[in-house]
Amino acid sequence: MSLLEVRNLTVQFGPRERPVIAVEGLDLELDAGEVLGLVGESGSGKSVASLALMGLLAPQARVSADVMRYDGRDLQALSARERRALLGREIAMVFQDPHASLDPCFSVGDQLMETLAAHHGGPRAKLREQALDLLRQVEIPDPEARLKAYPHQLSGGMSQRVGIALAIAGNARLLIADEPTTALDVTVQAQIVALLLRLQRERGMGLILISHDLALVSQLAHRVLVLYAGQEMEQGPVPALFEAPRHPYTEALLRALPEHNRGAARLQALPGNVPAADARPAACLFSPRCPHAQARCHAERPALEGPGDARVRCFFPLADAQRHPLGAPA
Amino acid sequence: MSALLEVDALSKHYPLRRGVLAPALTLRALDQVSFRLEAGRTLAVVGESGSGKSTLARQLCFLETPTEGDVRLDGTPLASADRATLKRLRPQVQMVFQNPYASLNPRKRISALLEEPLAINTTLGASGRRSRALAMLERVGLSAEQAQRYPHMFSGGQRQRIAIARALMSSPRVVIADEPVSALDVSVQAQVLNLLMDLQAERELTYVFISHNLAVVEHIADEVLVMYLGHVVEQAERATLFARPRHPYTQALLAATPRLGQPAPANPARGEAPSLLAAQQGCAYAGRCPHAEARCREEVPRLRELEGTRVACHFAERISATASSGTPAR
Repeated sequence: MSLLEVRNLTVQFGPRERPVIAVEGLDLELDAGEVLGLVGESGSGKSVASLALMGLLAPQARVSADVMRYDGRDLQALSARERRALLGREIAMVFQDPHASLDPCFSVGDQLMETLAAHHGGPRAKLREQALDLLRQVEIPDPEARLKAYPHQLSGGMSQRVGIALAIAGNARLLIADEPTTALDVTVQAQIVALLLRLQRERGMGLILISHDLALVSQLAHRVLVLYAGQEMEQGPVPALFEAPRHPYTEALLRALPEHNRGAARLQALPGNVPAADARPAACLFSPRCPHAQARCHAERPALEGPGDARVRCFFPLADAQRHPLGAPA
Repeated sequence: MSALLEVDALSKHYPLRRGVLAPALTLRALDQVSFRLEAGRTLAVVGESGSGKSTLARQLCFLETPTEGDVRLDGTPLASADRATLKRLRPQVQMVFQNPYASLNPRKRISALLEEPLAINTTLGASGRRSRALAMLERVGLSAEQAQRYPHMFSGGQRQRIAIARALMSSPRVVIADEPVSALDVSVQAQVLNLLMDLQAERELTYVFISHNLAVVEHIADEVLVMYLGHVVEQAERATLFARPRHPYTQALLAATPRLGQPAPANPARGEAPSLLAAQQGCAYAGRCPHAEARCREEVPRLRELEGTRVACHFAERISATASSGTPAR
């Protein structure tokens, strides 16, 4: 049984008669101990989808799904009380901006102990011990001193470590990390990535890693789901998806990377822009920018085809012979 | 070939007032930076937050007066230049900023944004300014009809095209681009990089390209300058630097950069850059360096020549002979 199973997740904003569709018909499955990469450009719906799972969207967002099951439990049928007991505890999230996700008015220790008290309570001395232990687990040097520190006294990397400590404080089994290293320097990013992976392995957590950085996702994820304008375009295991992408959008994204254009004067850029949420074609979402588009692509929307772990939303998925050879990555 | 841009022992220190009675601190954002850049070439400046990249950019554009040292543009020293000389030279060095959402005045139409540099720096009449602005807008890939719109009506990639057009209106010889594609999605990033490279070839532009993204730098740069805490730690031709990084910090940066299809580094470089205000003795990187010895903590390493690379490390010969972890396989 999957740890997480979501069928036909749709998130809409704005007036009902003219809705802005942020996520459309998204299916997600994740096993315990698995790392799923959620990849897409701005406006692809990757963050909205994760916030919908966490129940963190504003009330005016309209979230619907045929199935939304965590560990056999129907998330949509839970009472508010049961939901609160689950979200933030077993299902937890690490956010992009570590400074914005910590409260500037309270010390690191206060925030950790408040979280632990909400999860299981207990005497203050015991909570303090647990907070210290969490800081050790996220490899913060001198944890005793850090317990008294305020967020503004921490570097970005240290703040993100605290953010991770808060997320695992309730013994999370499913962790959603939304661009957890985007705000960090590259050497610090490498440290945070190593930390996340170690915790994920040790605790057997399911991890959904949301990122725009294809190279980063290729290093961490077992399976990758590519989103474009709110819809899944392709899903596949790593490294197959990166070595032999079947959707023209995935291929175009990979070809636009500088590391695939070594020695070439120009990058192989993808023309045009992601269509705005109110200007999406009724046909294939990618058809206006697709170099392989045919008449049918401009007329109707393709469905996802293929088995769950290697499916593609394209009438004419790329065969090996069609695919432009990618320059060998370094 | 003589250098178009010569930077000589450039330092920028900012006094920090902490209160009426507390002694003022000095933040040494840029310390003794020197380099020469020939016309038509691209120098990439690489480093993490706090390394002084953006401070360097502001000195090069004469937006600030350096504390020490000088910048020479085509032989003319700027530190001692009078106002008339500076006014004459300013159009020749222009800047493109990181965030195209913040760098365009939201209350001005695109036409006004593009015409302003001409109104200030030339004697062109209204119709002459207008035709130059429209021609430039079309050159960067937008249409003349879009000139009457406001910045909020454009996507991030389009705004960065507008920012580039504005920088080029005064026909500069040097363009300082401070993280020009960091805020953009991968597919749009490739479009903007291609535009920058095309414009460079057409107009014989000289670029100082500031970036933390080594994949982008490897694509666009002719030579690379690596900075750490306000110091230059290494400078070399692009191919030399990527094939044979000499400084341990450069090696750590390269090792930490995610690459498609390669596993995440198991033992990433430790620690984070210390505060610029912390008292410093010896090599700025010594605290994080795996090779540091007693001498590194006492004596500041001078930038010196080593087989075509300029490197500031006491033990560069030994380290680059043994280190292979930082070198991407080629």
